[in-house]
Amino acid sequence: MSTLAVHKAAPAAGTTPGTARRPPLRRRIALVPTITLLLGAIYTLLPVAWVVIASTKSGHELFSTFTFLPGTGFTQNIKDLNAYRGGIYWSWMGNSALYSGVGALLSTAVSAFSGYALATYRFKGRETIFNVLLAGVLMPPVILAVPQYLLLAKANLTDSYLSVLLPQILSPYGVYLARIYASAAVPTDVVEAGRMDGASEWRIFTRIALPMMIPGMVTVFLFQFVAIWNNFLLPYIMLSDDNKFPLTLGLYTLLEQGSNTPALYTLVITGAFLAVLPLIALFLIIQRFWSLDLLSGAVKS
Amino acid sequence: MTSPASRKSYGVKGAPYAFLLPATVLFALFFALPIGYAVFLSFRKVHVSGLGLGANARKEVWAGVENYTGAFKDSELLHGALRVLGYGCIVVPVMLGLALLFALMLDSDKVRFTPFTRLAIFLPYAIPGVVAALLWGFLYLPDVSPFYYVLAKLHLPQPNLLDGGPLYLALSNIAVWGGTGFNMIVIYTSLKSIPAEVYEAARLDGATPLQIALKIKIPMVAPSLVLTFFFSIIATLQVYNEPTTLKPLTNSVDTSWSPLMKVYQDAFHRNDIYSAAAEAVLIALVTLVLSFGFLRAANRRNKQEAR
Repeated sequence: MSTLAVHKAAPAAGTTPGTARRPPLRRRIALVPTITLLLGAIYTLLPVAWVVIASTKSGHELFSTFTFLPGTGFTQNIKDLNAYRGGIYWSWMGNSALYSGVGALLSTAVSAFSGYALATYRFKGRETIFNVLLAGVLMPPVILAVPQYLLLAKANLTDSYLSVLLPQILSPYGVYLARIYASAAVPTDVVEAGRMDGASEWRIFTRIALPMMIPGMVTVFLFQFVAIWNNFLLPYIMLSDDNKFPLTLGLYTLLEQGSNTPALYTLVITGAFLAVLPLIALFLIIQRFWSLDLLSGAVKS
Repeated sequence: MTSPASRKSYGVKGAPYAFLLPATVLFALFFALPIGYAVFLSFRKVHVSGLGLGANARKEVWAGVENYTGAFKDSELLHGALRVLGYGCIVVPVMLGLALLFALMLDSDKVRFTPFTRLAIFLPYAIPGVVAALLWGFLYLPDVSPFYYVLAKLHLPQPNLLDGGPLYLALSNIAVWGGTGFNMIVIYTSLKSIPAEVYEAARLDGATPLQIALKIKIPMVAPSLVLTFFFSIIATLQVYNEPTTLKPLTNSVDTSWSPLMKVYQDAFHRNDIYSAAAEAVLIALVTLVLSFGFLRAANRRNKQEAR
């Protein structure tokens, strides 16, 4: 079907240059861009549409009916998922929410402190500290995660909630974004004025600077929330007790078992469908708050 | 003298360090210390005396560069690196090409459905890599895939997407699907910041939309292309989730498909943390050299263009 649309689009491509000379009024839609974008949307929505439909199928229907035909097993699938090991799936979802929520909150706070300090103060070692923190972006997570595991094992912290939470609090990218945002949003005059009035540095930060930084910090929070929610490697290395698993890890282990017992496939699919829902909800919220200028600001600096 | 003024200036001087304290402590504990420990371990090995029995039979000793020479000679690691190179050669150009294309299309005049398509194309960003690999994995499975259904109805050959060359395409597709939207948004926002007068002037000179795109828009968003390129290279070198998730679905992805998987395998399944540490350090070095080399090259070009 997609090739057909491309063929249709091809002749239109030839006509676009002609529209440059002050196009006549009759061309109200630019066809090529619109079709290209719609094809892109079909491509990205395809697997999501598939999982929505597949989650309605019973195990038998999954392998026997056409993939894009809805099935009849949705409520049964949910019941099965609920029943699977005493509803462990919901623990995974709760764990994911906990890791992401608490982790992103702490991460945002640390980013806000650091970003504010790096943006508004001139002090010795400023660029060095900033560059060293940034270099953290380049470290492949597994490079960090293996020695992190060994060190946390020495502190008897592996296989605990903390072992997943602590390493994710510092986000070099979050610090970077917070610095850019703080330098754009917090005028030095205002900070100076606060000092003249005798306010302490902490008070200036909490009462004056932080409220100005809120929109940028919402972005950092959402960014970190998604990053922690999507993380797989760190919990994979740190955790062995599956009651502490986040969703990504739980679904992975379910899939691993499913390769031996295809009956579990429907559980994996239903689980994946439900796992996507909260993020799509969050994503629609992101659309409103997500300050995209922040990202491009990062580019322009 | 302890005048209020001097005390206050002391407070100001100390303040930035106090604000940076949490980040610095966390960096020391969860970045610097583990990296240092990994480097230390990479120069160590276990010396087994006698039959390896008894409390003191296994001793950690200095190994010199033994683990590193071992890593260089390790064909599994080399093959993993080559696989990731091949994978990256598909992912990076396709993903960034599509991101640029979509961004330009979103930015062009008289386009319809932009809020919807922008949202849809960005959507995979919110879906965990593991879940994305899982969804596509099922779409690649002949038993449940709509593609195979269509191919069968059309009496066309059904390639095995989870084996051999197509496996690279299958894996690349997951990364492209997941990453295009984010990069598109980065490029699109920087397109939006180009002042409208620039286009007006170009139109008055008789430039076509295609010429405007090629000669004005693309050069002006070059910095964001550099940034997205940079992020994509780092992400490619770190590929782990997608092949790991596809592993249960196919025999063609083994435990050392990518170098990072090999590190995990050596550290936790073969219990050879010393070799794993050496491999990890090597991968980190390659990442650093590639990123800094790339950034320097990009900077030099920018400076030349500025002249």
